[in-house]
Amino acid sequence: MNSIVAYILMLLIISVIAGFAFNFTAAQKRITLYKGVDVKSERVYHSQSGYHGYLTAWLIGISGFLIFLGGLFLRPDTGGLIFNTVWIGVLILTAASITYLCNQRIRPEFRARTHVERLVIGALIVLSAIAVFTTLGIILSLLFESLRFFDKVPFTEFLFGTQWSPQMALRADQAGQSGSFGAVPIFAGTFLIMLIAMAIAGPIGLMIAVYLSEYASKRVRAYVKPAIEILAGIPTVVYGFFALLTVGPTIRNLAEGFGFSVPTQSAISAGVVMGVMIIPLISSLSDDVINSVPQNLRDGSYALGATKSETMKKVIFAGALPGIIGAFLLAISRAIGETMIVVMAAGRAANLTGNPFEAVTTVTVQIVALLTGDQEFDSPKTLAAFALGLVLFVITLILNVIALTIVRKYRERYD
Amino acid sequence: MSQIENPETKSKKKKNRKSGKKPHKMTSLHNSEAALLRLKKRRAKEGRFILWGRLAIGFAVASLMWLLFSLVGTGYTAFTQHFITLDVKLEASILDPTDIRDPEKLRAANYRRLIQTSMQAQIEGVTDRKEKRALFNLVSASGATNYVRQKVYKNPNLVGQTLTVTVPTSDEVDQLLKGYIDRETPEARRKVSNQQIEWIDELVDRGVIKPKFNTIFFTGTDSRDPELAGIASAVVGSLMLLSVAFILAFPIGVGAAIYLDEFAPKNKWTDLIEININNLAAVPSIVFGLLGLAVFLNFFGMPRSAPLVGGMVLALRAFPTITIATRAALRSVSPSITNGALSVGASHVQAVFHHKLPLAAPGILTGTIIGMAQVLGETAPLLMIGMVAFVTEIPTSVMEPASALPVQIFLWSDSAERAWSERTSAAIIILLLVLITMNGFAIWLRNKLEKRR
Repeated sequence: MNSIVAYILMLLIISVIAGFAFNFTAAQKRITLYKGVDVKSERVYHSQSGYHGYLTAWLIGISGFLIFLGGLFLRPDTGGLIFNTVWIGVLILTAASITYLCNQRIRPEFRARTHVERLVIGALIVLSAIAVFTTLGIILSLLFESLRFFDKVPFTEFLFGTQWSPQMALRADQAGQSGSFGAVPIFAGTFLIMLIAMAIAGPIGLMIAVYLSEYASKRVRAYVKPAIEILAGIPTVVYGFFALLTVGPTIRNLAEGFGFSVPTQSAISAGVVMGVMIIPLISSLSDDVINSVPQNLRDGSYALGATKSETMKKVIFAGALPGIIGAFLLAISRAIGETMIVVMAAGRAANLTGNPFEAVTTVTVQIVALLTGDQEFDSPKTLAAFALGLVLFVITLILNVIALTIVRKYRERYD
Repeated sequence: MSQIENPETKSKKKKNRKSGKKPHKMTSLHNSEAALLRLKKRRAKEGRFILWGRLAIGFAVASLMWLLFSLVGTGYTAFTQHFITLDVKLEASILDPTDIRDPEKLRAANYRRLIQTSMQAQIEGVTDRKEKRALFNLVSASGATNYVRQKVYKNPNLVGQTLTVTVPTSDEVDQLLKGYIDRETPEARRKVSNQQIEWIDELVDRGVIKPKFNTIFFTGTDSRDPELAGIASAVVGSLMLLSVAFILAFPIGVGAAIYLDEFAPKNKWTDLIEININNLAAVPSIVFGLLGLAVFLNFFGMPRSAPLVGGMVLALRAFPTITIATRAALRSVSPSITNGALSVGASHVQAVFHHKLPLAAPGILTGTIIGMAQVLGETAPLLMIGMVAFVTEIPTSVMEPASALPVQIFLWSDSAERAWSERTSAAIIILLLVLITMNGFAIWLRNKLEKRR
């Protein structure tokens, strides 16, 4: 490990030094020319001296990186051993030869700047392609592992089975203990918690957005907006602990007062806290959407004698509806994918129930439960997590793409 | 809210009411009884609508307050802890009967005995075996013995002398003195016996047990005993994650933004990249954890629990945020800047890098800080790549198993005891302070930027 770090540091240092040194030689050459011949020769050089230096540094950097990748590729198992003096020697040799070649090319007509700029743009393309590779990586890894899972457990059983007890699968030698992977209770639990969260966050987030954009004075906005932004900045693990420490027991005590018994970990406590977490998402997105409805629609409505709330309900909502739907879809996708709150506050038992006062489990909770702790990589128990992950990814992907398209189309409408 | 209500009609109504006259005999579309009733209804509706808005804001603010108060209320007591001062006689007959002063032998000696003896010196008349054990339970067993052991190991010449040490009490004593264990509950259901309470009160009266600032919480690592648990290793792990994620996410995020905004031709490929980045920002974080597990751990065989892997996963999570913020910042730079640079003969690359980027820098910085705040609070992907190990040493390189602050919070939250929830809340307070500082700085930067324009 340390030798890899050493290699990369060395590479950086060599390329920077070469770049500077080169900058210097190129400048020297130019000055000699400038002094020696005539003023015209200054103009004859296509690129400023610095670009010759940049070019050297870039070339050394790239080739060094390629050598590094080659080293990893040749000996992937012993990442620590290969980057010894031999490789650093190879690196120095390459650097020296590149420096020599570049030095040869310092001529007035050599377009060093164009080369450097091409390299820069190439690097930018590579960086932006990482986004595509990440998505590809996600899809491929989820798909690959899920296919292995569906080899062992039929696809239909997974999607439509109502029995979820993956713990059995560990003891493969026991007869009749193959575990069952019917994911319907999990989907139902996820849906239930999402509904509770949206029932809280939807109206409240929307009303906050309406009030802040249409009614609130500047002073109120100056205090309320940061408070809502703080809500957005709180990590979900903190919300989870809040649900476990405070909200769950409060709901349990309240219910006991009415004569019910509710466990501390229940769908309702996880859902309520998740709703609070999602409020800022809905309110800020809806705020943007409401603000982007043109003022003259409002003025027209007021001119007809409508009150503010009537204008809001009949004119602005109608205009902003697609954007608001987009915001809600993004919020739903967030609620489905939320992990820490449900892991800490919703429980792990796979109940097929619509009762919010019971403990339910969600897709994310099961992924965490299946993958933390000791695991054999080939068991259906581990692979099931990837199948659940694939379902999660596909659903959120569809929601996100629809939401983003709606929001973008909507923006174009009033631009 | 009151712009709709015409102040004139209000005052007129008042006048009319005073003089007892009915408003306007002449009826028209707008002041017939039905119309006035309708108006009243509409105004009531308006009022209700505003009330709903205020209630919604009230709910959000109240939830925030409730969350903060409940966490601070449980957590602030963890910053102090009760310590006990003991005179420990380092008797050679117990520590080093052979008199060689071999550090390794000294390390393995029976320090429990020493602490027990010194505890018995504090309270007179304890002879019963059971009582002796109860007395010893007042002090943090592994905390005290390890502390003395370290001292002796480092300096074997201490053997034979008397060492005055200040060590943490056990968490039960701490909780009792902080008032979280009710003295009124029957003894059988209490973790501290009546006898022990008597001893504790006596020691507190004599000033042997005293509350002190809890340095252990900041310098200690994870532990089985709450009185010895600290966040140091988690903080170091989090810092490592943050630096790895920053080194990777910053160039990727900014580079992708520059390419998409400045150099990309409008075609299918760039559309694809754009959709991808927007979508990645909304993909559930746990999916990134699955990616890390399948690709980095299982395919490339990188070590589990290492901050390097965690940082890479979190970098993938954070860079779309940076890209989106950078693009917004780049777009807000006036095109006249680029045009000016181009018109005096700069190339496109020069115009962007020399003129546009410096002007967009504050916006980029804001986005980066927000992205890094996300990284700092992220937990789920770290669980996937195995950063749930019980880490008792402060990691020294990014390849060693480490913990992170949010993961430590998650792990501690599992224990129901009061001493643990106190420490969990305290760790949350620290995390929130850091995050609020980061976000506050980002907001301040953004406001300053908006003012300048």
